Amino acid sequence: MLYDIFIDPFVQMYDMPDFFLQVLWEGFVAGILYALIALGFVLIFKASGVFNFAQGIMVVFAGLTLVGLHENGVPAYLALILTIGVMGVLAYGVERVVMRPLVNQPEIILLMATIGLTYFLVGFGEFVFGGEPKQMITQELGLPTGSTAFEIGDRGLIILQHIDIAAAVIAVIMVTALGLFFNKTRIGRALRAVADDHQAALSVGISLNQIWAIVWFAAGLVALATGIMWGARSDVSFALEIVAFKALPVLILGGFTSIPGAIVGGLIIGFGEKIGELYWGGLVGGGVESWLAYIIALVFLLFRPQGLFGERIIERI
Amino acid sequence: MNAFVADRAPAPVEDAGERELLLRVDNVSLAFGGVKAITDISFDIRKGEIRAIIGPNGAGKTSMLNVINGFYHPQEGTITWQGKVRRKMKPYEAASQGIARTFQNVALFKGMTTLDNIMSGRSLKMHRNFFWQLLWRGPAEREEIAHRRKVEDIIDFLEIQAIRKTPVGRLPYGLQKRVELGRALAMEPELLLLDEPMAGMNLEEKEDMSRFIIDVNQEFGTTIALIEHDMGVVMDLSDRVVVLDYGKKIADGPPEEVQASQAVIDAYLGVSH
Repeated sequence: MLYDIFIDPFVQMYDMPDFFLQVLWEGFVAGILYALIALGFVLIFKASGVFNFAQGIMVVFAGLTLVGLHENGVPAYLALILTIGVMGVLAYGVERVVMRPLVNQPEIILLMATIGLTYFLVGFGEFVFGGEPKQMITQELGLPTGSTAFEIGDRGLIILQHIDIAAAVIAVIMVTALGLFFNKTRIGRALRAVADDHQAALSVGISLNQIWAIVWFAAGLVALATGIMWGARSDVSFALEIVAFKALPVLILGGFTSIPGAIVGGLIIGFGEKIGELYWGGLVGGGVESWLAYIIALVFLLFRPQGLFGERIIERI
Repeated sequence: MNAFVADRAPAPVEDAGERELLLRVDNVSLAFGGVKAITDISFDIRKGEIRAIIGPNGAGKTSMLNVINGFYHPQEGTITWQGKVRRKMKPYEAASQGIARTFQNVALFKGMTTLDNIMSGRSLKMHRNFFWQLLWRGPAEREEIAHRRKVEDIIDFLEIQAIRKTPVGRLPYGLQKRVELGRALAMEPELLLLDEPMAGMNLEEKEDMSRFIIDVNQEFGTTIALIEHDMGVVMDLSDRVVVLDYGKKIADGPPEEVQASQAVIDAYLGVSH
């Protein structure tokens, strides 16, 4: 038994490096997608202190809108632009109808409001686009399909799906762009100001409403990218919403307010999950992937309750 | 005198009571449920003066500032700003009309540097929209640089060059207060509201802060309304003083007059009501 836990997996990793690299790659891709979902949560949490329960369904909704429009004869790229527009309208609507009337309410009220929003989007999405799973329009969007096999010396080969490579590239571009935007521009500065202190931000003339709409729009764009990538790997269905809750352990690891935290947290969960499943999962009959992330998060909570990159809680006394 | 100071004309010297009205508060009352914070208060602030608002703890001073900058909306009374009766407005609207403020318990953006904090004071002066911001290059960048220059002038004026890149959460309290003043100044306000600018400071820091307040008033011609507990400071700085007690106005006038008022002495010494 001890041999199975502590020695055998490492022997396997050494004996079959191609398989190990393949596992690492799978973990990396899953991790990037988790990171993208977590990023959506972080954006909204930073600006408004709201845990956006609806982030998961926003992923589904964005994907459904894109595919749904295409099914109705809209060309792929036009559908993409229209979907971005829809996410913009959604952001504006959420700010107007949900956030604005609830300003200064306790956070739990805002959380409940986002749960309400979740069910609204589920119902609205099903009503407009139907409830059956749909195929993501990967090829129509010009995303690569197929795969390439790489040989590693004489010790075997690993297979990389092109869509996974595209996902990684797009995720990196998005994260970099968002990072630059929030660090270098006036609106970015305003967002960080709002994140720090609402009253002070108001007093220098920053409009909370505008910032919230922008943040929800940014989260909507992240949701769309996530929806396309997840959708391309499986399909676009309401089940994706559940996957989105994998972002919770990612957030606990990375801290709710940190963009780098979301990325690193996502990668840790992605790697941890795949390696755990393939090397240790057999010992408990498999299926480790669905719960291991939460265990990792729990262990982290014991040692760093604020997360890896969370703001350190400094209280001047 | 640096560039920031030089492009503002000094305020004309005349009797404070004679100057043009900037803000008038008429019969304002504010209550939270059954608790009356302010009852039927009227006073005015004139252009270029330093107006002190004093009173014992819980007198309604901060509530009054919050009414002026739009955090609270009084149930009764009117506020006249630059000759126009003001409708119910949001704080950022008050800010866009030229009202800046600092807070009793420093309200800075703690994770941001001194520079970014003061830059955020220029939010309203920067106009390039969302899409230019996305591009960042070109007009948005030029705008950023122009405003950065203004901010550097303010940093020089407040003598905080050494802490430009320090996250303000790490600064000592006295310096945080100074950065907060800098952020308010960056708005180039018509009216600057200071809520206990010297609370918790030692003598030296108080002297520095007093000097900055006088400089801002005299060199930029900025009108200032300040709440302060240190009577020495209030008497030295202010042109006129309004005294509140239990949400009511009990005195209003030049410092010497207010100081001699029996009602004020009673309020501070605690005569039973």
